[in-house]
Amino acid sequence: MATRIQFENNCEVGVFSKLTNAYCLVAIGGSENFYSAFEAELADAIPVVKTSIGGTRIIGRLCVGNKNGLLLPHTTTDQELQHLRNCLPDQVVVQRIDERLSALGNCIACNDHVALTHPDLDKATEEFIADVLGVEVFRQTIAGNILVGSYCAFSNRGGLVHPHTSVEDLDELSTLLQVPLVAGTVNRGSEVIAAGMTVNDWTAFCGSDTTATELSVIESVFKLREGQPTAIVEDMRKSLIDSYV
Amino acid sequence: MLPGSAPAAGGTGMFVPAATAGTVLCCMCGVSMQPNPANMCARCLRARVDITEGVPRHAAVVYCPDCSSYLQPPRSWLRATPESPELMQILLRRINRPLARLRVSLSGAEFVFSEPHSKRLRLKLRLRREVLHGIVLEQTHPVEFVVHDRLCDSCSRAQANPDQWVAVVQLRQHVPHRRTFLYLEQLLLKHGQASLAIRVAAAPSGLDFFFGSRSHAARLVDFLATVAPIQTSTAKQLVSHDTKSSVYNYKYTFSVEICPICREDLIALSRQASRDMGGLGPLVLCVKVTNAIALLDPLTLRVHHLEEKKYRVYNFKAALTSKQLVEYIVLDIEQESPEISIDGSRYQLAYAQVARVSDFGKNDTIFTVRTHLGHLLNPGDHALGYDLYGANLNDDDMDTAMTRYSLPEVVLVKKSYEKRPRTRRWKLKRLPVEEDAANKAKGEEEKRLDEYEAFLRDLELDPEMRFKMDLYKNEDYRSEMASTVGDDIPTVPIEELIEDLTLGDDEDDDGEEAV
Repeated sequence: MATRIQFENNCEVGVFSKLTNAYCLVAIGGSENFYSAFEAELADAIPVVKTSIGGTRIIGRLCVGNKNGLLLPHTTTDQELQHLRNCLPDQVVVQRIDERLSALGNCIACNDHVALTHPDLDKATEEFIADVLGVEVFRQTIAGNILVGSYCAFSNRGGLVHPHTSVEDLDELSTLLQVPLVAGTVNRGSEVIAAGMTVNDWTAFCGSDTTATELSVIESVFKLREGQPTAIVEDMRKSLIDSYV
Repeated sequence: MLPGSAPAAGGTGMFVPAATAGTVLCCMCGVSMQPNPANMCARCLRARVDITEGVPRHAAVVYCPDCSSYLQPPRSWLRATPESPELMQILLRRINRPLARLRVSLSGAEFVFSEPHSKRLRLKLRLRREVLHGIVLEQTHPVEFVVHDRLCDSCSRAQANPDQWVAVVQLRQHVPHRRTFLYLEQLLLKHGQASLAIRVAAAPSGLDFFFGSRSHAARLVDFLATVAPIQTSTAKQLVSHDTKSSVYNYKYTFSVEICPICREDLIALSRQASRDMGGLGPLVLCVKVTNAIALLDPLTLRVHHLEEKKYRVYNFKAALTSKQLVEYIVLDIEQESPEISIDGSRYQLAYAQVARVSDFGKNDTIFTVRTHLGHLLNPGDHALGYDLYGANLNDDDMDTAMTRYSLPEVVLVKKSYEKRPRTRRWKLKRLPVEEDAANKAKGEEEKRLDEYEAFLRDLELDPEMRFKMDLYKNEDYRSEMASTVGDDIPTVPIEELIEDLTLGDDEDDDGEEAV
């Protein structure tokens, strides 16, 4: 299900949070509303961790990760690194890398199998990505923009890209990523997709300016509306089965 | 080649991949559309953003109903007809400043119909403005102008006192006829010198021109000085006086007196005058009046030009004027010397035997005279001349001249032609002169008409005089008349005529277009 939230009255929730299938990182805000929104949705499934990176709150744009690992820029302090290592599950490899383009979230977009990167990324970084995240790396641009991490957001089930992407580009990306892609907007016409929303395989969080049309597009392309059949069965099981023999 | 590398960065450089724009859903209404910087369909954009916010919907213009002009603040009044480009310019200037302040640009404007008496002018403007993310939106915007009536300065001045004049030129010539004024009237029309006059009134022996400013009057006086021998004197009268700013308002009067000698006047010169002019015979004929008088001695064919100032020294009057011309019939003519040309006019000395038409069948009175019209006269022609034989003159100079010299009995002045038909191919324009109804004598109307007829006849004879004025084509002229009239009579050739300008929707001239 897609939820509309705000971080301290700002609709760019993708800047202040990072959502994957195994964990969720949230920025430290003045009020607890942002954190509790994530908690309410995800608490029973994955850990929700409050953190900062390099003393800043724009964690969504500085780090990149999936269920296998998390990559942090060189500006991350040791305490933050340690905190993250402690809070995250053991199978998630937390690694700090030395990369000139330190806003990793803007340069790299990934799901559990494929990653798209900025065309000027270091070769070493590319290898790190392939090792730590366990993904296949492709250098691409989206609608002529090199910051692929900002202008697209994709999960294992679907993806949303910059609205000006041409049909040929869309086809090409779709073949690379092996997921259905759609060009759309978020936060009432904003083109910076990844800054306006954050998504994983079963849930998405968008800025509160997102219109109903955009929300329906997001829900349909990321296949969030089908609901979780397992959850339904789980609920019904309690009423269906009295007791185990 | 890496599967992910962009094709434009490839080696060839010439290859540009096809890029068809996909469709996105409008973020507001969900309709499928081409992506644009706002990612909203045009309708949602227009609904959300109103670019005409802050642009005035009502404005006011000031209009003068008398001269149908509109005020352009602070002070200029511009003439404009309804729904004309000038009016649109005036209206657009009224709302230009708010438009510029809002950074809205005008891409078109047109008039919307409004009732002529509704005192409202409606414009439909097409405005263009840049909104979020660099999109330029265009929207129509109606503006209504309320028209306020107010007399402009010149109309209110005219309204308050229509006869208000500041300067007057009083043109006088103390002769019994008005030929000079008819001629001057045509000259003024040709040069447009009377266009600035508020009023033109006729006075007992002249004309009065009223002007709104002294300089206009002075301009007319300067013009008159170049075409007629005049003497001017000026006077001014204090009308009002502003003590604070020391501004004095006057009424100026220019008294212009034209020399009383006219064309075809016979003058007897005094001994002094005759001697000063180099022994010009005592009898002279005035042949041309410009800003100097040309005096011709008919017996020696000598012309002397006398300036106004020199004239004032002698101040002689005409002994005989054109009213006293008598008709003669030429019985015989004998050229004495070859034809000469002085000042553009041709003269030829000849001996002529003439008899008065009144005497012609009755008695044998024949005069043999020397005349300067040898080139024109043939036996059997009629001529007009002064009858000194039978005249009773009241002129001292003439008396002295008669006693000292032997004067000719007849001085022939011009050839006369038979009466011509009523309608002429050409006509003249007249100045709008107010007649002085109080001072009219009985029979003056008829006298004036006769004088005018004589003036027109003179025009036909004299091509030089015609050159100085404008003749217009007479639309009512019937061309069948031309064939019946004898060929000897000089008529105005059609090349000299000007097409008169008539306003209104008449069909193109047919037939008469010989030019």
